[in-house]
Amino acid sequence: MDYRSVLTTCPYCGCGCGLYLEVVDGRIVQTLPSKTSPVNRGRLCIKGWNAHEFVHHPRRLTRPLIRRGDGQVEASWDEALDAVASELKRIKETYGPDSVALFSSAKCTNEENYLLQKFARAAIGTNNVDHCARL
Amino acid sequence: MTNSFDELADADCIFIIGSNTTVAHPLVATRLYQAKAKGAKILVADPRKIQMALFADVAVRQRLGSDVALLNGMMHVIVKNGWHNQAFIEERTEGFEDFLKVIEQFPPERASELSEVAVDDIVRMAEYYAKAQNGSIVYCMGITQHTTGVDNVKSLANLAMLCGHIGRPSTGVNPLRGQNNVQGACDMGGLPNVYPGYQAVTVPEIKEKFEKAWNATLSANVGLTVVEMVNGIEEGKVKAMVVLGENPLVSDPNAGHVRHALEQLEFLCVIDIFPTPTTQLAHVVLPGASYAEKEGTFTNSERRVQRVRQAIDPVGDARPDWQIIRDLSNRVGYPMKYGSAEEIYEEIRQLTPSYAGITYERIEGEGLCWPCPTTDHPGTPYLHKDRFARGKGLFHAIDYREPAEIPDAAYPFWLTTGRSYAHYHTGTLTRVSAHLDREMREVLLEMHPEDAGAYGVKDGDMVRVSSRRGTVTAKVQVTDRIGKGVLFMPFHFAESAANVLTNAALDPVCKIPEYKVCAVKVEKAA
Repeated sequence: MDYRSVLTTCPYCGCGCGLYLEVVDGRIVQTLPSKTSPVNRGRLCIKGWNAHEFVHHPRRLTRPLIRRGDGQVEASWDEALDAVASELKRIKETYGPDSVALFSSAKCTNEENYLLQKFARAAIGTNNVDHCARL
Repeated sequence: MTNSFDELADADCIFIIGSNTTVAHPLVATRLYQAKAKGAKILVADPRKIQMALFADVAVRQRLGSDVALLNGMMHVIVKNGWHNQAFIEERTEGFEDFLKVIEQFPPERASELSEVAVDDIVRMAEYYAKAQNGSIVYCMGITQHTTGVDNVKSLANLAMLCGHIGRPSTGVNPLRGQNNVQGACDMGGLPNVYPGYQAVTVPEIKEKFEKAWNATLSANVGLTVVEMVNGIEEGKVKAMVVLGENPLVSDPNAGHVRHALEQLEFLCVIDIFPTPTTQLAHVVLPGASYAEKEGTFTNSERRVQRVRQAIDPVGDARPDWQIIRDLSNRVGYPMKYGSAEEIYEEIRQLTPSYAGITYERIEGEGLCWPCPTTDHPGTPYLHKDRFARGKGLFHAIDYREPAEIPDAAYPFWLTTGRSYAHYHTGTLTRVSAHLDREMREVLLEMHPEDAGAYGVKDGDMVRVSSRRGTVTAKVQVTDRIGKGVLFMPFHFAESAANVLTNAALDPVCKIPEYKVCAVKVEKAA
């Protein structure tokens, strides 16, 4: 049996509680609160105690999907990324960079948010980037 | 937040307005209880009798959208009684005279009429807060999600400056962030008007700095906000959209309008970890990795930068979002070569002065609160110590404005929205978590017993709730937690989405939609 305990930060509210993900053979089996976190000092709320449950849920998206007719079909990463890039390039060239708008995410990491706004501003050439802070 | 979580426990008066802290920020609520146990006065202003109201020294239910009137009334009382901090006002602020002229017009009797809060309660709240040694204000979306959101926040800043309750430990104006990394997404420039570190896109020197660092020509035009993007689609200006980990079809106001708009896009790409109503409209859906499957950092409400660590491999073929964006960028002809999240973070540090001193190595343990300009800087638990960001603190003279939509004969009820304790935002994560789903499986519409009596509705009955924008069906919970004539509905449930009803009217400055106030009617469902 492979057991690991990984210290991370809760993905729910703006408190940012420190918690351990308890991993057995590649599956997260529970969370434990960090006792030394200055935010939560050994406590969690109901969401934090269950913050692992959605990770292994069978409904997770696990393959890229491309729309074909009325439905969406599984595709390879290369196919999907090529499709996104060629559509973004086409629309940018046809209508100008401000015809593209991007939502960054208050659920994603700082690194991902940084990269998405850099992508919007440097790669596409628009400041049309916002997220749900107001929502 | 201007101050940090732990400082709240040492305040001797805490004014909680528009924050259901025990439900939305439970670990902040623990500090409020600690302060209460040490003898602090707890003041709560919320349209619902939230749990914190049961422990409060004064708890009031203001009329929806009347916060400016209530706060101006409190400040009127403070000035009339000479409870304000004259030394702080003279030394640290400006604009006081203009502010006074507006405050003059809000005697407590008028404030009471507008806010439906008793005069006596307005006076007591004013006195407790003003006379405290260290008064803290805690607020959340109940203050901001209004067409007067900016006015509400400025009024709270006025109140704190009036009493000198800012720039010291256990004081301040403290917004609680609704999502785990709202603070970070803003800090990182996920906003249409600023680069990382709130550096304005409209300032030529700043634009040049980023053009040089990124080796690209950048736009000097302020971009569109979320709601403006949706309107931009209908106007034919926006043709393609990339959505990273968000579900605007459930989270945005006037959801029917959002669906109609997204369907008109020539191209929609959504990166997410679960299928959502929004992914269903996408031309391409890319599976992202969850927080447990990647490295990085989140920044919490007290500006503390903390590590996110990978515990397991991404499920199936999912990939960390930073890799997806990097690979897309390479394909559209703007090369990105990052090999790890930390490499991206190092670039953030170079360009974001408030993060410059925070390294992965330094936050191995506890995390650090920005601003932290150098690697030997200890971080900053509270802001505005000796001066405000702009120098002097500016009083704003703010008059009361009505919400965009108020009840009338056709739509006689007020509706307000919010969260429940077991669920989170659009429910994408919590409703697939067995233990959280078990706590609350469906939407419950809170209705006052007298209203329920008048409509012949019992606990558990189904009703149709309609606004000018749409109709949803919901199960009624009869409770005096909510005031007479007001309804409350959580927004987690796509099948009876509160945001089908809510009003997309925006604050004119910050463009936040008025989720907290709209007018609806109720009919008993067959």
